[in-house]
Amino acid sequence: MTPQNTKEVCEIIGQALADGEKLEIVGGGTRAQIGAPREIPTLCLAGLSGILEYDPAELVLTARAGTPLAEIEAAVAERGQGLAFEPYGAAGSTIGGVLAAGVAGARRVSAGGARDHLLGFEAVSGRGEIFRAGAKVVKNVTGYDLPKLLCGSWGRLAALTEVTLKVLPRAPERVTLCWRGLADEPAFALMRAALRAPCDVAAAAHLPGEATMLRLDGVGPSIAARRDYLGAALAAYGPPEALDDAAPLWARVQGGAGLTTEAPLWRLSLPPRAALGAIAPLLAAGGAYLADWAGGLIWLALEGREALIREAADAAGGHATLMRAPAEIRARIPALHPQALGVEALSRRVRRGFDPMGIFETNRFLDEADAD
Amino acid sequence: MPLPDQRVLARRDEIIKALRQIVPGEGVIDAPHELRPYESDGLTAYRQPPMVVVLPETVEQVAAVLRYCKGQNIKVVPRGSGTSLSGGALPLADAVLLGMGRFKKILEIDYEDRLAVVQPGVTNLAITKAVEGEGFYYAPDPSSQIACSIGGNVAENSGGVHCLKYGLTTNNVLGVQLVTMEGEILRFGGKALEAPGLDLLGIIVGSEGLLGVVTEVTVRILPKPETAKALLIGFPSVESAGQCVADTIAAGIIPAGMEMMDKPAIHAAEAFVQVGYPLDVEALLIVELDGPEAECSHLIQEVEAIARANQAGMIRISRDEAERLAFWAGRKAAFPAVGRISPDYYCMDGTIPRAKLPVVLQRMNALSEQYGLGVANVFHAGDGNLHPLILYDANKPGELERAEEFGADILRLCVEVGGVLTGEHGVGVEKRDLMPAMFSEDDLRQQQRLKCAFDPELLLNPGKVFPSLHRCAELGRMHVHRGALPFPELPRF
Ligand SMILES: Cc1cc2nc3c(=O)[nH]c(=O)nc-3n(C[C@H](O)[C@H](O)[C@H](O)COP(=O)(O)OP(=O)(O)OC[C@H]3O[C@@H](n4cnc5c(N)ncnc54)[C@H](O)[C@@H]3O)c2cc1C
Ligand SMILES: Cc1cc2nc3c(=O)[nH]c(=O)nc-3n(C[C@H](O)[C@H](O)[C@H](O)COP(=O)(O)OP(=O)(O)OC[C@H]3O[C@@H](n4cnc5c(N)ncnc54)[C@H](O)[C@@H]3O)c2cc1C
Repeated sequence: MTPQNTKEVCEIIGQALADGEKLEIVGGGTRAQIGAPREIPTLCLAGLSGILEYDPAELVLTARAGTPLAEIEAAVAERGQGLAFEPYGAAGSTIGGVLAAGVAGARRVSAGGARDHLLGFEAVSGRGEIFRAGAKVVKNVTGYDLPKLLCGSWGRLAALTEVTLKVLPRAPERVTLCWRGLADEPAFALMRAALRAPCDVAAAAHLPGEATMLRLDGVGPSIAARRDYLGAALAAYGPPEALDDAAPLWARVQGGAGLTTEAPLWRLSLPPRAALGAIAPLLAAGGAYLADWAGGLIWLALEGREALIREAADAAGGHATLMRAPAEIRARIPALHPQALGVEALSRRVRRGFDPMGIFETNRFLDEADAD
Repeated sequence: MPLPDQRVLARRDEIIKALRQIVPGEGVIDAPHELRPYESDGLTAYRQPPMVVVLPETVEQVAAVLRYCKGQNIKVVPRGSGTSLSGGALPLADAVLLGMGRFKKILEIDYEDRLAVVQPGVTNLAITKAVEGEGFYYAPDPSSQIACSIGGNVAENSGGVHCLKYGLTTNNVLGVQLVTMEGEILRFGGKALEAPGLDLLGIIVGSEGLLGVVTEVTVRILPKPETAKALLIGFPSVESAGQCVADTIAAGIIPAGMEMMDKPAIHAAEAFVQVGYPLDVEALLIVELDGPEAECSHLIQEVEAIARANQAGMIRISRDEAERLAFWAGRKAAFPAVGRISPDYYCMDGTIPRAKLPVVLQRMNALSEQYGLGVANVFHAGDGNLHPLILYDANKPGELERAEEFGADILRLCVEVGGVLTGEHGVGVEKRDLMPAMFSEDDLRQQQRLKCAFDPELLLNPGKVFPSLHRCAELGRMHVHRGALPFPELPRF
């Protein structure tokens, strides 16, 4: 079902409630592959499209939740601005889907994630009620910070119908410093050292055996100064190349795109210092990886070994999300990392607060024993 | 506030005895004169001594106190350093005031992963002091930073003059340990950038002590920028200063700080600290830029040009660290400075879309005349966060009430022009009854259902944030379809 406005979203949810049916919220539907296979009627928000307000000087933009990400990016780029968390998606990705999936690119490490840039929203809860939270200004602490909660909620709390984002000026220039052929240990050490330097490194990634990259964003004189500083501070690793167009390299790191599609794809969020140690047994078991966020994000391609992957992430104080796998595996292995029992129980109570009848519980995440 | 529970008050002695079993020694305070210091926080117009103060030292004690209170249906008000400006830590006559001041340890500093793990009673500034030797700092810098605790910062999602560029507390916290009213010890987030599942950390930050007691905080620390420079710019009108701010941002510059003061605030500050603020201007802007020397110099020139294009009169650029700090000294002392020119002042905290500044100031001046009370404005100009300081004299009958009404009108005005009730000080008791100006009944109920998931008996910090206390069962009411209720074992909020 593809409603065209918030009222229709309410009606559809109200009908589902009355019929005791479930609904899966989708935006562009590009992330359907995450989670267990399921056959659930969809509530598609793509019909709620369009930018409603955009005032570059106030640094805020309000759009309907089904607006394509690409449309928003184009509108802000025209005014020399951007979404600092660098969300990304396939052609049909919507801003609502990007936020609900908590998608953030390379700049997450320095600029924060989706959660740090959603200022306010309107949504329809699983009770079929319209509610708003947050606001349309950049600084606000009035009431609970529900925008944070809705980011990364995977469509399990409410259907976002309108979102207000913080937008920021886009750096006029950017350069990538690239070291070739560093081994893993020194590459990770280099990234950590770079982020410890007062150089405002925007992003740091490592493609094993190939390239270790630091990105500097800003105005010309500043980039030059920071380049010199880093060159000296990281002299032990040899001189870097400065790449003007490193986009293809960064694109391979994003979403784990550069890894084989033959094996299941995992996304590990880890404390950077513990990352290499944590993945060592996974690499020994045949895994391949890419590192972003200065080592805090590992994209891993590895056949089987699901328990080992989750244990490794746990032991390091992180977590692992199954992003892509054949249906048979997704039917067995929860996409989201299991949580401590108390937190899990609390999360469930929170979900029931938004969706008392569980109409958005599609058992996609294999964590609602009593959902069908 | 909720009416005191007489059954609880009648059992006071027994309760104190039980609490002493959990927190031995000096940790339980019940003598009336010793309760005095706890009777208010930074919003001193509201006072209420608590039934008893408990100062636990370990997380196990916190859990045991909460478990006991839950079992006995006793309310609990958490407290950090008591600097809240919204009455968030205001005690209740029948409640335990749970002071976190003894949680003073810095548990771990990890420069490699750029984080620090600290107990909630550590002051904001103490974190920076602990890491500055290695060239790091903790970015959010509320003006109260020498006194306020990180636990209080988490509860209020506090900001500071640098949050335009570096974010509020919420953008700088990676994880917390939290004890629920049940006495359950839970962790949210940690040392990784992202945590699995729902972002409950995101709602715990800024929850004003209503969801749980924070017993440990993991914060991000940042390498200190190589240099910082500031411009001090005088303008002939508030409009031109406001336009300078808008043009700066439109030029793609996000300064580390961008603060505005209006004429009354400038005069009060200059009289107090004598740092050479111009007295013949209508508005003063402090713009700080940080980063490599080359970046600062470059951006200073750009901002200077933008200021000139906006009729700036005086422009001074800090030549050294001492001068930069002098520029800030007046702004940072604005509250006490205003305290010198008026017996009392009342600090407001609304945020507006910046473009609305001229009309808001105009209407504020009209209100000032209507109420017969002066007002001085300091303003986090970059992010539109206003701090009108209403001048009054509490000893004059009726002035406090007038000041409060004036303040409420200002906040309603902020909402009317598209802004919010509070940008960084929190709702607390102060703005509780104004919440319906900003949120519908459905909006508020949805927020309260979140509270119900954490604390269904509403024992933690009741009377704050929400104008009406709905019982959780009432909030959960839902039609049952076809007689079948999914998840029958779960309460539904
Ligand atoms: C870790 C990760 C890896 C990714 N890898 C790739 C990749 O390799 N290639 C690529 O092209 N893109 C990738 N993406 C990006 C993704 O395709 C899109 O950016 C975006 O998440 C999907 O947008 P969508 O509109 O298609 O959302 P959908 O796929 O429709 O929905 C995503 C989630 O959000 C929920 N949702 C959608 N809209 C709403 C709404 N309005 N209100 C509430 N909930 C809503 C859905 O229920 C679902 O759980 C990745 C994203 C993530 C998080
Ligand atoms: C002169 C002055 C200047 C100020 N400047 C600023 C400023 O620039 N920016 C700004 O944002 N604020 C400012 N404030 C407000 C205040 O300092 C902040 O709100 C601060 O975060 C409160 O911290 P605290 O430790 O004093 O908390 P308290 O006042 O003790 O408590 C505040 C709230 O937090 C809760 N709480 C405290 N500790 C915990 C805990 N461990 N677990 C759960 N809940 C807890 C309390 O229940 C209460 O609701 C200023 C205050 C003063 C007096």
